[in-house]
Amino acid sequence: MSSLIDRPTTPGPDQPQARTPISTSSEWTFELIRKYDEEIAKCAAEFGLDTYPNQLEVITAEQMMDAYSSVGMPVGYHHWSFGKQFLQTAKGYQRGQMGLAYEIVINSNPCIAYLMEENTLPMQALVIAHACYGHNSFFKGNYLFQTWTDASAIVDYLVFARNYVSECEERYGVDAVEEILDSCHALMNYGVDRYKRPSPISAAEEARRQTEREEYEQRRINDLWRTIPKAHEGDDPVHRRPRYPEEPHENLLYFIEKNAPLLETWQRELVRIVRKLAQYFYPQRQTQVMNEGWASFWHYTLLNRMYDKGLVNDGFMLEFLQSHSAVVYQPPFNSPWYSGINPYTLGFSIFSDLRRICENPTDEDREWFPDFAGTDWLETLHFAMQNFKDESFIQQFLSPKVMRDLRLFALENDDQADHYLITAIHDDPGYRPLREKLARQYNLSYREPNIQVWNVDIRGDRSLTLRHIPVDRVPLGQDTQEVLKHAHRLWGFDVHLESMDEGNVVARFRCPPDQGDDA
Amino acid sequence: MGMSHIVDRRLNGKNKSAVNRERFLRRYRHHIKKAVSDAVQKRSITDIERGEKVSIPARDIDEPVFHHGQGGRREIVHPGNTEWVAGDTVPKPQGGGKGQGQGQASPDGEGMDEFAFQITQEEFLDFLFDDLELPNLARKKLKDTEAFSYVRSGFTTQGVPAKLDVVRSLRGAHARRLGLGGARKKKIRDLEAQLEALKAAPDDLDPAFSHDDQIQVLEDEIARLKANVRRIPFIDEIDLRYRQHLKQPKPATSAVMFCLMDVSGSMTQMHKDIAKRFFILLYLFLRKNYTKIDVVFIRHHTSAKEVDEEEFFYSRETGGTIVSSALKLMHRIVESRYSPDEWNIYAAQASDGDNWNDDSPICSKLLAERILPMVQYYSYIEITPQDHQMLWYEYEKLLGQFPQSFAMQQIADPGDIYPVFRQLFERKAA
Repeated sequence: MSSLIDRPTTPGPDQPQARTPISTSSEWTFELIRKYDEEIAKCAAEFGLDTYPNQLEVITAEQMMDAYSSVGMPVGYHHWSFGKQFLQTAKGYQRGQMGLAYEIVINSNPCIAYLMEENTLPMQALVIAHACYGHNSFFKGNYLFQTWTDASAIVDYLVFARNYVSECEERYGVDAVEEILDSCHALMNYGVDRYKRPSPISAAEEARRQTEREEYEQRRINDLWRTIPKAHEGDDPVHRRPRYPEEPHENLLYFIEKNAPLLETWQRELVRIVRKLAQYFYPQRQTQVMNEGWASFWHYTLLNRMYDKGLVNDGFMLEFLQSHSAVVYQPPFNSPWYSGINPYTLGFSIFSDLRRICENPTDEDREWFPDFAGTDWLETLHFAMQNFKDESFIQQFLSPKVMRDLRLFALENDDQADHYLITAIHDDPGYRPLREKLARQYNLSYREPNIQVWNVDIRGDRSLTLRHIPVDRVPLGQDTQEVLKHAHRLWGFDVHLESMDEGNVVARFRCPPDQGDDA
Repeated sequence: MGMSHIVDRRLNGKNKSAVNRERFLRRYRHHIKKAVSDAVQKRSITDIERGEKVSIPARDIDEPVFHHGQGGRREIVHPGNTEWVAGDTVPKPQGGGKGQGQGQASPDGEGMDEFAFQITQEEFLDFLFDDLELPNLARKKLKDTEAFSYVRSGFTTQGVPAKLDVVRSLRGAHARRLGLGGARKKKIRDLEAQLEALKAAPDDLDPAFSHDDQIQVLEDEIARLKANVRRIPFIDEIDLRYRQHLKQPKPATSAVMFCLMDVSGSMTQMHKDIAKRFFILLYLFLRKNYTKIDVVFIRHHTSAKEVDEEEFFYSRETGGTIVSSALKLMHRIVESRYSPDEWNIYAAQASDGDNWNDDSPICSKLLAERILPMVQYYSYIEITPQDHQMLWYEYEKLLGQFPQSFAMQQIADPGDIYPVFRQLFERKAA
């Protein structure tokens, strides 16, 4: 895959330089890590990377598994699912099936990055460049992270959450807490307002207002349910009654937290905690290609800059390039190792190509990207990093060259057809539809079923009705009934789910399941 | 720049996931218990002391989320095109392949992936003995004559010089000196300051107000106070502190386990293996509760003999059976080596039920009069698929008489070992 690795030319006229590498052995020491970090920071500054301060934590492989299994939260509440993650990680690692994620970085201020003690020095340098300057500047610069997360408050909030969960366990028992958390986790992907700007998470605020909220919320919920139906309203035909909520509500956890009739206050608070975490992870779920691409582009660029400055030697570069090409390797669709598009590859390719388009534009580039072909590449890359998420980033910046390099093609699988159909490939008529299709693939509401709160039967049996709007007739998966059980546990009354395709109900689920026929 | 902060975390927080792991095991304890009890039946006797691989059907530990199912129309972008152009069709794989529309997965999901993981030996034993309790766990209280240990219990004002705590005594002395002298020293400082001021100021012209007198008064007072302070002893009797130790009776934390087994001709190796596994379980179980355990092996046919483990399980004898010989030997050994005051005594007897008929009443009498009063628990397992003989019925008479310390069960095949063991040691409702 060396075709993906075009060595960038360095900025400035200051080369060639005499080679005086920082170190020649591959053993790391704290002193060397500090020196490398200093030099990498200098290079990052040359390129204008704006980061939070870094906190580098040297940890053991076992601690890395710990960190890995708590989905990258530096402090997590206790839950069996993290234990399961740990067992899974440990097993893969011990069997040697899986290398450990060699870097974990946390969107916090200071930005925490883990260095595993087993790593060689070139690997530590790679992680520092990738995490501490790549991811870190992405966290600080990208609009989704700025909008949805508060890096300086997240650690405090996680501490608050863990303490709160522990207190609940003491007061109400581990099982009772586990049940609620299980149910919340099942709906966690539906715990975000996709189109509304949330209030940023703040731990101090949470702790201060938590008691206040308890009283207020309970009163509000009581009010909603206390409303006594007026006599004449009862005569209205069912379909004429106003629905509650009046508009469909996409944030199921929020809706439950605010409206579930039977939840205790502490249970509502747990729903809120999971919802806040969903919000914290939401930007990461939407910027995987960009985030990894950006970090890979910078570890590659920064370490090459180190090489050009004579700070690292050939042996270092060989080891680094070997890891780098493994990271950005994309197996073709017919390879046994293929498991979808590698976000590192796609992101790295797009950012690298953006630089090329700025520095050495072809006629094709000028036609496709008239706004920035031939302009300042740093400015263009920063603009791309700051203002997009995966879907729009691909839609804006995926170039015909990258589509050709990766030999992308779109395959249609229609259950009503006898064959798969190739709908677009990396050729002139195919570029635009291919780019659209790939961009859509990263749209969360395309990746996950579109399910929203449709109605609550306030005046009747208090049942909650969810609506699923299928895209291209794709039905709901096998877990649906199981997830409804969790929704039912939180809601406390019957939960219905209808798949509505063009005005017709195409599938119906309910919990508890129907005893008799579907009248 | 040097803005980065580098921290060595390797030494702290090693087992952050321990609680989560424990939560996971707790949630799936039913699965794990079953795996553990299956393992006990299958494992060879010697390797009961390691962890175990546990498999849980993946569907049982899935965390469900809403996701897309099979079907509908899906369009996905892939890399690595070699030959296709837009408009090409590709045949769908026959059978079982994805995208067949509906219902190709077997509904009960048999043979689906398993979630497998390893539990440690400690966890294995925990699950193995979960819900079990040692009968008569109330450990022996020792009489005055028996073992004591000395434990530190603070400080006292009286004691022998050897136990004097110098640091504490001097600290007390220092505090006393401060307490007694502090106020006076402050007074001295104040007076000295006044004296200084007085000496520095020009003398009053009126002799009636002459400073000399006042200076004299001050100097006298200062001298008096200083003498007072000097009289405070550097160390006093009441400062002395001695380390105090208390004698505490030491509870018996040692147990002896007697393994009694019939090795007469009718006991096959299969019988002995079953017995052995039972003994192993008992041993492991005791080891969780006591720091020191002695094991005494007594085998018998017509006569009994104390032997080592190897001989106990693997030598063969022929001939008849007199069970009472073993009971008598056990009693003798207890009397000579394992005083019931100091030892928690457990015994397990394994036999195929064969005994010389005239001997069986002697056995029950021996048990009732000599052995059961001094043991914590005596369990008898009869390894036979057949009908019981005289010995069983004799022993049965003891059940009502010693419900706390005597139990008996029948084992027909290896699969019974663990359930029987559990039954014998099940936690009794209080």
